Amino acid sequence: MPEADSANQVPIVGYLQLGDDPHLRANECTGCGARYFDRRNACAKCGGTGFTETRVGGAAVLKAFSVVHNAAPGIPVPYVSAIVETTDGTSVRSNVVGLDDPMKAELGMQVELTTYVCGTDDDGTECVAFGYAPV
Amino acid sequence: MSGDSVWVLGANMTRFARYPELDALDLASEACLAAFADGGVDVHDMDILAAGSLFQPLGFGQRLQKQIGQTGIPVFNVSNACATGATAIRVAYMAIKAGEAEMGLAVGVEQMGKMGLLAGANRLERKVYEPSGRHGSVTSVDGILGTETMPGVFAQAGTGYAYENEGVGFEQFAKVAYKNHLHSTLNPLAQYQKEFSLEQIMGSPVQSYPNTTLMCCPTGDGAAAVVLVSEERLRSLPKEAQQRAVKISASVLTSDPWVESGQVQPDVNTLTRNAAAQAYETAGVGPEDLDLVELHDCFATAELIHYDNLGLCERGGAGEFIDSGAPFRDGRIPVNVSGGLISKGHPIGATGVANVYEVATHLRGEAGDRQIEGAKVGLAHVIGLGSACGIHILEKAAA
Repeated sequence: MPEADSANQVPIVGYLQLGDDPHLRANECTGCGARYFDRRNACAKCGGTGFTETRVGGAAVLKAFSVVHNAAPGIPVPYVSAIVETTDGTSVRSNVVGLDDPMKAELGMQVELTTYVCGTDDDGTECVAFGYAPV
Repeated sequence: MSGDSVWVLGANMTRFARYPELDALDLASEACLAAFADGGVDVHDMDILAAGSLFQPLGFGQRLQKQIGQTGIPVFNVSNACATGATAIRVAYMAIKAGEAEMGLAVGVEQMGKMGLLAGANRLERKVYEPSGRHGSVTSVDGILGTETMPGVFAQAGTGYAYENEGVGFEQFAKVAYKNHLHSTLNPLAQYQKEFSLEQIMGSPVQSYPNTTLMCCPTGDGAAAVVLVSEERLRSLPKEAQQRAVKISASVLTSDPWVESGQVQPDVNTLTRNAAAQAYETAGVGPEDLDLVELHDCFATAELIHYDNLGLCERGGAGEFIDSGAPFRDGRIPVNVSGGLISKGHPIGATGVANVYEVATHLRGEAGDRQIEGAKVGLAHVIGLGSACGIHILEKAAA
């Protein structure tokens, strides 16, 4: 049986693993090691068709960002959109969270994966998102 | 040596603006008929039509033909993101190069009005979270897992370059927009023709930092068309037409090869570098030979990184390049003397044809107040996210 506190939660995307130790999971090509977050038919790097599911590390560096002030209706602004690179070499796109001022985002800053509830549906199920917080 | 080369015989673009009283057929027809007149030919000379538009419904090329001349020739409807116009040119170019056509028409058009942000879905919360799509997402992730909006994606491309290279910051990006707004004051075909100070640009409302409103291209309406001709057919045309024709020394289209970060941030660099290398080799010229460049400045951050991608500056030197004044119209390699997408406008399907029109017009010495004197070689570059990159190198040459 799932734990009571996670029974009514779903991850925002399939590659986010919830539970006691939230982390991202990737499909890793058994031929060349390229990692993918989406459902795969073959490897875009080498053409191989074998994949294993692997854990992506939570520690990362901020490689690129933008402070978004204009977004579609319903999206709270400003927020910090970012491309981070994990210490095990995988690029991830998400928001930088936990900054009191978005302009404090700095290229090269150390960040760590974190999760939070970003919405609730009509059945009371919570959607859990991930972001990266400064270390 | 170049007996089988392909030439621009006629070219035209409408002014980029907003035309609520017209439709895309009106705009495309105007550009096509004017391009015919410019080349001294008519629709019966065309062996192929390549019609580019991103937002027009299916069959736009056939509907256009029913306005400008329904001769039964093959029609290719082209859609390739912001590289749509360049791809249309490349389709006509390939048909002529292959010997399947002697003369072809390539047109690009868009009627966008005030579309605003082009991506970033409205968040319509599902009533019940259910995983869908290839990422198993239960809701729109735009704004939660980073941005999907264009100003933001290209801002990240710019800050990613700043992370890797010295001397690049908010001010360098803003200078790009300062230059292009300044250049546009000389171009009567530009959507906007207004100079702004660096302070005004840096102080205008932030869209996606570091891109402020004045560092983003507008949406708008417009069309551009070119008539291409084989060298052999060109030689049968009147001397004046031969003298005004502009040689296409390279026509290149690339897509983005695999890079590690490509699944989360579209890579606009590698495919541009690849296209530039192919184009320079095919044309037998280098960046130092270019008298002008029209490149894809959808956002100020994009133009800066393409200085580097196109080899206009030393690797890593894009910040120093703009600081030195090199891409200004009186600088070492004038870039976007039309005003660029930032001020000339960016009706998406038209852009890749309009860039070729701009370069060809300078090589013909017919660019009026904005003429780059003595221009002999120019490069036109566009990039569409997803990604597609089109580069054409044009030369003033004798047929």
